[in-house]
Amino acid sequence: MFELDKWQEIYSTVRKNKLRTFLTGFAVAWGIFMLIILLGSGKGLENGVTDQFRGGANNGIWISSGMTSKEFKGLQAGRRIRFTNEDYNLLKASVRDHEYLSSRMFLGNIITSYKNEYGSFYLSPCHPDYGYIKEVEMIHGRFLNNLDINEFRKVAVIGEKVKQDLFKGADSIAMEKYININGVLFKVIGVFRDFGRDDSEQRRIYIPISTAQRVFSGQNVISQISMTTGDASVEEVDMMVDQTRNLLAKRHTFDTEDQRAVSIWNKSEDFRRFQGLFMGIRLFIWIVGIGTIIAGIVGVSNIMMISVKERTKEIGVRKALGATPFSIVSLILREAIVITGFSGYIGLVLGIGLLEIISGNLPETDFFKSPEANFSIAVGATILLIVAGTLAGLFPARKAARIKPIEALRDE
Amino acid sequence: MINIRNIHKSYTNGQNNLHVLKGINLDIEEGEMISIMGPSGSGKSTLLNIFGILDNYDQGEYLLDGKKIQHLNERKAALLRNRMLGFVFQSFNLVSFKNAMENVALPLYYQKVPRRKRNKIALEYLDRLGLKDWAHHLPSELSGGQKQRVAIARALITNPKVILADEPTGALDSVTSQEMMDLLTEINKTGITMIIVTHELDIARRTQKTIRIIDGMIQEIVVNEGGSQKSEGRSEVRSNVIASEAKQTKYEVGRDFESKEYEKVA
Repeated sequence: MFELDKWQEIYSTVRKNKLRTFLTGFAVAWGIFMLIILLGSGKGLENGVTDQFRGGANNGIWISSGMTSKEFKGLQAGRRIRFTNEDYNLLKASVRDHEYLSSRMFLGNIITSYKNEYGSFYLSPCHPDYGYIKEVEMIHGRFLNNLDINEFRKVAVIGEKVKQDLFKGADSIAMEKYININGVLFKVIGVFRDFGRDDSEQRRIYIPISTAQRVFSGQNVISQISMTTGDASVEEVDMMVDQTRNLLAKRHTFDTEDQRAVSIWNKSEDFRRFQGLFMGIRLFIWIVGIGTIIAGIVGVSNIMMISVKERTKEIGVRKALGATPFSIVSLILREAIVITGFSGYIGLVLGIGLLEIISGNLPETDFFKSPEANFSIAVGATILLIVAGTLAGLFPARKAARIKPIEALRDE
Repeated sequence: MINIRNIHKSYTNGQNNLHVLKGINLDIEEGEMISIMGPSGSGKSTLLNIFGILDNYDQGEYLLDGKKIQHLNERKAALLRNRMLGFVFQSFNLVSFKNAMENVALPLYYQKVPRRKRNKIALEYLDRLGLKDWAHHLPSELSGGQKQRVAIARALITNPKVILADEPTGALDSVTSQEMMDLLTEINKTGITMIIVTHELDIARRTQKTIRIIDGMIQEIVVNEGGSQKSEGRSEVRSNVIASEAKQTKYEVGRDFESKEYEKVA
């Protein structure tokens, strides 16, 4: 396989037919180039859209209260549904198979200060489980725990941006310091980072929901309940959604068909839908890409066919001089593989190069971000090239092997 | 060296069955130099192809150096051609994109001789044929005579037992043709059996025997008195045997047929 001699033999034939070899190779290089560009763009689209899903576990279910839109049991439409701690307790006790469950209050942006530094940050009272649902990453300290809830502790977990804004210079350590939130002092017990889609996720302060109810609203009202479904199957998740809706409908007396009384966003469903979409896009790209490459292969095969025809005499001479059919087949096959392999590799490098340039210079948009061709694509493409080369050479090689020296050598 | 008995060969082309060789018997001794003549379509090239294991035969028996040649697969045939036989063609059949040296070295490539070594051997052969200075020229840069000498060097490089030449002078002028025959005669003297297919009488005349084929059968075998110096007696005896089998009268027919040319050339 790696005898230098055979490569020199191929090199000498390729060198003697530069233009033909170039044109042949170009078709393949173009095919691979297009495949890489398509795959890279598809990946870019996928990256962009996937990014929209960041900032929370992908198996999350988000339950928000709304207004009834249907009459039910004598109650008029347009009635506002309010969640309270009882709803939270009910779901926590009754929904089967949930993993994490938390309620939240929406308090909006609140002026917060530390010494002379002020800022307006989004205050988010919640349960300890929310840290898991939102997938926040702690850089310092810890997230909220059950003791914080039970003892109504005035503690806060702040985002990295919050820390940067409030704790500057000599006061750059935030832990154990007291920040003033709307006139109430809270002790910082942790700093987190959130890989959510933008800065706003980092400009947040989490405090225990029990403390917030007592300090800011004096009620037991909550705004939203969220949970994760663990590794429940699609059907199980659907059952959990149904069960949640039924429980809440019964407690608040609304029609289970009334989608606006309580809205339940099943993120895993959306995520799954997008995954299906990208699977489809990827499949489509491979089909188009492979189609382009097949055109290249047919080109190589065609030109090799002509080449074999042109070289009929030469092959006849080789056979007369003692070339075995195998050596002829391997000569043609190698030539095809070398041409497709080499030019395909050039296409691969050019394609990846272009993607790098695009990735480096194109401004990121919501739905298109860092197009890339990863290692597995490169490996796949390489395997594809070798297979393609073999296919391209197969028919010409068989044709060459069938050449009869007497017919080839006939003087006509 | 070559013994054939009752060789038959036909080609089928659609519904036509063309019977090309109709029972050829011939014995060629080691070191002999013979020519095969005949009008086109007489089957002389087919016979040469059978000798060269480039074509198979339908019936009969072919012994090459005592080995029976029959139903060989392509690989075995290729190996035998490579080891035993050298070919010289009318149109030289050099590989156009290889230089003279690489062309000469090609048979050794198929013997898996390392590149450096086979090129060295090729240079030696080219030197022997006076073409050392042309070793790195492409065939297109060589004259007809030079090309044929390159082809001969290529045929010689594997040290074959038999050289089969199909109209080796067909594309050459008369002076070069004679030089070529000088060369082939010289090579024959080293003990290599030489079979030349030709339609030129003065070429055939320079071999020891001329086998005349007409319509797929040996019509006569002529011993050329002025041909290559070899033990005439033996040739004559062999020729007698074969000629009688071919139910041809020797000499008489040949003389009548071509006596004038013979005298003129002589």
